[in-house]
Amino acid sequence: MNDSLRPDGKTNPGEVPSAAGDGEPVMAGNSSPWFDWKSIASILGPFVALAAVCLFFAIADAMQPDGGRFATQRNLQANAVRTATVAVAALGMTVIIIAGGIDLSAGTALALAATVLAWSLKNDYSVPLALAFTMGAGCAAGLVNGVLISALRVVPFIVTLGTMTIYLGVAKMIANETTVRPDKATQVPDWLGGFLSLRPQSLYAGFPLGVWFALLLAVALACFLRYSVFGRHVVALGSNEATARLCGIPVRRAKILVYTLGGLFTGIAGLYQFSRLSAGNPTSGTGMELRIIAAVVIGGGSLEGGRGSVVGTLTGAAIMAVIESGCTQLGLPNPVQDVILGVIIVAAVAVDQLRLRGGAA
Amino acid sequence: MQGISKRFGATQALRNVSLQAEAGRTLALIGENGAGKSTLVKVLSGALTPDSGEMSLDGYRYQPGGPHAARMAGVAMIYQELNLAPDLSVEDNIMLGIESSRWGLLQRRQQRPRVREALRLLGHPELRPATSVSRLSIAARQLIEIARALVSDARVIVFDEPTSSLTRRDCQNLFQVIRRLRDEGLAVIYISHFLEEIQEICDDYCVLRDGASVGAGELAGVTEPQIVSLMVGRDIDDLFPSVPHTRQEPILDLSELTGRRFPIDVSFELHRGEVLGIAGLVGAGRTELLRCLFGLEPVRKGEIRVQGLSPAANPSARIRAGLGLVSEDRKEEGLALGMTIGDNMTLSRLQPYSKFGWLNLGRRRTAVQHWMQRMQVKAPGPQTRVGDLSGGNQQKVALARVLHQDADIFLLDEPTRGIDVGTKSEIYRVMGELAAAGKGVIFVSSYLAELLAVCDRVGVMSRGRLREIRPADQWSEEAVMSVAVAGAGE
Repeated sequence: MNDSLRPDGKTNPGEVPSAAGDGEPVMAGNSSPWFDWKSIASILGPFVALAAVCLFFAIADAMQPDGGRFATQRNLQANAVRTATVAVAALGMTVIIIAGGIDLSAGTALALAATVLAWSLKNDYSVPLALAFTMGAGCAAGLVNGVLISALRVVPFIVTLGTMTIYLGVAKMIANETTVRPDKATQVPDWLGGFLSLRPQSLYAGFPLGVWFALLLAVALACFLRYSVFGRHVVALGSNEATARLCGIPVRRAKILVYTLGGLFTGIAGLYQFSRLSAGNPTSGTGMELRIIAAVVIGGGSLEGGRGSVVGTLTGAAIMAVIESGCTQLGLPNPVQDVILGVIIVAAVAVDQLRLRGGAA
Repeated sequence: MQGISKRFGATQALRNVSLQAEAGRTLALIGENGAGKSTLVKVLSGALTPDSGEMSLDGYRYQPGGPHAARMAGVAMIYQELNLAPDLSVEDNIMLGIESSRWGLLQRRQQRPRVREALRLLGHPELRPATSVSRLSIAARQLIEIARALVSDARVIVFDEPTSSLTRRDCQNLFQVIRRLRDEGLAVIYISHFLEEIQEICDDYCVLRDGASVGAGELAGVTEPQIVSLMVGRDIDDLFPSVPHTRQEPILDLSELTGRRFPIDVSFELHRGEVLGIAGLVGAGRTELLRCLFGLEPVRKGEIRVQGLSPAANPSARIRAGLGLVSEDRKEEGLALGMTIGDNMTLSRLQPYSKFGWLNLGRRRTAVQHWMQRMQVKAPGPQTRVGDLSGGNQQKVALARVLHQDADIFLLDEPTRGIDVGTKSEIYRVMGELAAAGKGVIFVSSYLAELLAVCDRVGVMSRGRLREIRPADQWSEEAVMSVAVAGAGE
């Protein structure tokens, strides 16, 4: 379009307008994108919760007669490794939930990817090819979800409820209804075996490769959501789909991409799962989707869409891991752990709602 | 209400406001958006507690703890957005929260006479209590809300912009109802942007500006310009600023455009440097016409040519072809209320700030600030959530998005609905400037005075068809109305 036809005869909006561009920002100070109190508060919220949970278990543990195991480096490493799988899958779920969707098939798709990896290695495919199959399985699972949701216009909850069992079935077919165990010495590459291992030789700067890679993914995703055009489209989609359509965002394509991206993270999480179990078990992901979603929600993600953050999701996953390990160390029975985790999930959402209401008034 | 003050953070929303509504009279509460009307009404209805000041009702001290307490005390609100449960019946909606019951069982026999009595009082005994509300028109639903206020023995009824989604005839019916309520001895507080309406049905007025009451008294003998100058604090000698522009070559050409239901066989040409108005009743197919043009609704038959080309039928292709749409429904479609001003303004055109799909947020911020200044959006900064803005400022953001998009053809669907006079005037000026810059503007509105004043040509639609286009100076409001209602028998 012709720039000379600007109604005000001023500069193209893309260029820096002279009125505001001469070094003096018009509204500097309180509203800089780097320093926005509201968003800082929403990021800090989950951190405060994490700190409180850690503090609680550290004190409770120290008061035990044989205590002192909570606040150790060993425990930190163990927690990081234990939560890595859920955390990586939850990164993908964060994108989907911000875009206003949900993916109940994440757990079984994750197990499907792990099974595909195990199967490929057992059948002596080269490692790059096996990895490609794994990621491909994850992406394909997400793609199918996205296409069904866009084409059939069925709500994501129902579509992924269906694909959840479909992926479980597909994984079982691939595994011949057993667990696929490639030979650890000859068929699994060393780096993959030690990906989430706490043996001294697989640690780099205190953590195994998988933990560092998860952090790298998180940073990349956070930047992607904040600084990419597609990231803005994702938020717009979840915030108000009609507006997104009005603004010329290709809504269907964007949704398919969102679910495929989520599937990619599920695929990577499948690799983590395989590394932990050294095997591909088709049923190993059943129920995991709820833990994945819980991580996002504890971290401030809203199932209504439009809200959620990578940092929040990681914190949410960490809170769940700390509670589990902390309860185990205190010798609390498993049912009690379940109850506490449930209470935390409900409390996190309730606190978030309260804060939202407070901020709006 | 005496000396009410309320502060939100750094903003003083109300400053020592006093208001007096008398039984048996209708009080108009007037003010621009952001003048403090809604805050004052929220205080009155118990949704907000004032920082200082007192209220009394019938001589007794009135201190509602919340909306329910206010309703019980006899203050009822009729909101712009209707608060009804569509799946319940008329009777259930009216009695919601105050059902007659014994041991948890509904006593329909006891409550039905009260419902009937309320509907009779409103002059609509024909509404059947057992009908499901989802089957009623908007106007009828509004009556249900009023009836709900009546059965709870309201002494004061507050109407907040009740006519913004009504047709002219429904408005007249509503005015009848309001007059009845007044004659029954209720105090009515009426909030509206339409000064004609206020002149028609109100007895007294109170004008708010920047959170303070700047004038009050009897309406009789007060002229419209006097009220407007009170509202804006300066004389608007020209509510419709005229920006000279000349008609150039055609830019948009429709031939026999037919949509899923509406429009039907619509043909016209839009020229560069022209503001084309579309008048018609609500439901005449004007919104559908714009949505077909923008690729949001399917076209069954006919052609759309933009500068000779026919772009694909989806919004992104239409945006690339140079069309921009401001939706009539600001909250549901027009804006993503949870996102920031910056996001909302630039969502439809992020290319200037992106390289390989990555955004340069600093550059975007500077551009957004420029547009906020140009459109005079009142907000702390580009990071402010759009949902926190007043209606007029939201509309400015919606309009700024289309301007920022650098469209050639502007499709404006009711862009001045529910916003204050000052902002309306600014929007008219922007439209004039667009035409002067050689853009084409299609302006859909139900407010005839503005259509005839702002547009070069005005077309009238009824029942999905474009009945007639004439230069604006060859129309009168009566002529437009008679064409608009003409196809009603088809």
